[in-house]
Amino acid sequence: MSTPTLHDATPNAEAAGLATQENALGEFWYRFSRNRAAVVCLFVVIVVIAAALLAPLISPYDPMSGVGAAQQPPGSPGHLLGTDHLGRDMFSQVIHGARVSLMVGFVVAAFATVLGVLIGALAGYYGGWVDNVLMRVTEFFQTLPRLVLALIIVALFGSGLTKLILVVAILSWPQTARVVRTGFRTLRSAAFVDAARVSGVPSWRIIATEILPNVLAPVVVVASLDVASAILTEASLSFFGLGDPNVVSWGGMLQQAQQYLRSAWWMAVFPGIAIAVLVLTFNVLGDGLNDALNPRLKDKD
Amino acid sequence: MRHSWIPLFALKRLLFAIPLVLGVVIINFLLIQLAPGDPATVLVGDFPVPEEYLDRIRAEYGLDKSIPEQLIAYLGQLFQGNLGVSFSKRQDVLTLLLERMPATLKLTLSAMVLATIVGVLLGVVAAKYRGRAPDTASQVTTLLGFSVPEFWLGQILILLFAVTLGWLPLGGDAPVRGDGDVLFNLDYLVLPAVALSFRYVALIARMTRSSLLEVSSADFVAATRSRGVSESLILRRHTLKNAAPPVITVIGYNFGFILAGSVMVETVFGWPGIGRLLYESITSRDYPVMTAILLIISVTVVLANVLTDIVHALLDPRLERK
Repeated sequence: MSTPTLHDATPNAEAAGLATQENALGEFWYRFSRNRAAVVCLFVVIVVIAAALLAPLISPYDPMSGVGAAQQPPGSPGHLLGTDHLGRDMFSQVIHGARVSLMVGFVVAAFATVLGVLIGALAGYYGGWVDNVLMRVTEFFQTLPRLVLALIIVALFGSGLTKLILVVAILSWPQTARVVRTGFRTLRSAAFVDAARVSGVPSWRIIATEILPNVLAPVVVVASLDVASAILTEASLSFFGLGDPNVVSWGGMLQQAQQYLRSAWWMAVFPGIAIAVLVLTFNVLGDGLNDALNPRLKDKD
Repeated sequence: MRHSWIPLFALKRLLFAIPLVLGVVIINFLLIQLAPGDPATVLVGDFPVPEEYLDRIRAEYGLDKSIPEQLIAYLGQLFQGNLGVSFSKRQDVLTLLLERMPATLKLTLSAMVLATIVGVLLGVVAAKYRGRAPDTASQVTTLLGFSVPEFWLGQILILLFAVTLGWLPLGGDAPVRGDGDVLFNLDYLVLPAVALSFRYVALIARMTRSSLLEVSSADFVAATRSRGVSESLILRRHTLKNAAPPVITVIGYNFGFILAGSVMVETVFGWPGIGRLLYESITSRDYPVMTAILLIISVTVVLANVLTDIVHALLDPRLERK
């Protein structure tokens, strides 16, 4: 046996690194699972995602065409949640509505996260005038009344899912940018970052591989809350008649229900419950992720 | 002088607000410019007219000039309080807004007062019974407030209290129904104000709770307690007072958003304010009214923030050092 060299140590170190990663995941799950409400909500999200994906298979009727007598109350034969003013099955509509809500929620959150991380990282890492300019822009976007602006932009430029997602995403990134910036500001002068810098690692790699992984915890939390608020915004836009007319959405169902409040209460009740439950779910998930990813905060409060 | 630095601070905050307002104005202008469709044809309507007539309309509304010229003209008009003319109502937009403003202010201010009272109460109860049943109840309410869309809450309130129980009217059409002026009829205000306030109840309750918990763990509270001062006196004299600034900040920062939220609620209740006007202008593609409403709401948000910062500075002298 030769004398041990640096190379011999490498596989061990890698193995150790893997082990800590696994432990981190296990520890994360351990902490997350202590928040019972969050676990229940995770289950709900999975069920809703499954329902949305399988909507054409599991919904009993075509949500867009009348299949029975108009305005049948819930519990009517064949119509668990009743039918709407055109005789369309409410249950099938509620299931299909999950598709738009989830899609808008996830895509908006993804867009907003990428944009927010980019802007926050640049501002926090470089500081100085870059930070100044980017933070003024962020403040400006935070000041804008998001919902009203989204309503007007979609009203002016036409509805459609893609446009709607883009508009809401462009108005949703500031919170992420702020938390990322704070993280970068604290870490840019940390010892391990200095070490990378003096050993000649280029800035973009320091940003992406050294600092970014360490500030992702709050980003994930904010992303979960972004999903919730994007779902609410989509519902509001659809309620204003600015959703995509070719797909079923819960907000759009509530718009139609508005005219039938006196005669068909169920048209308003079920889509609204669906929105509230899904939004609540992502809010609780956000709290759960926060507890699991920032344990010190939990101990303080 | 304790507050001698405040005027300078206020001036600085106001100066900071100028670029924000200018940014909002430019966004507005760009939205008008980029909007698809020829505004002249929108003005004229759907029936065919000779090209010369369209040109005359364009000249009349300054639509034939270059974009920078139009921006300068737009800024000049804004300074004179000219927000343009409504396409669909053929009426001065400013007059239209001023007509609708009182109803919106009445609704939003009522919602804000209601949210403050209920929110602070919930927050105080939650902090006092931390970790016990009242705290849990308050936190569940908070969570619901963040999750329930205000327009749906409005519909449910209508279903319960107007349709089923018949205690309160369905919506704000009082003059049409011959019930007198809607603005002075409290019956019509209750449901929309409750629907609008729920989200802000949640926000204020959460902030009150966390601010109170933070202050009550401070050393000076422990010191007061060790001198034998009763818990309720500590709460009234010391904790509440010191926990107030962040709560007031949350209330102030959100006034503009309550205004935005009233767009949804006014639509559900047919409340005759600027939110309802926005809905009408969207359905009739009335660009000048739409953008003027965006402008007025954005500027209100900016001003409410400045005002909040000033009030915060007056209440929290620690800010001076920053």
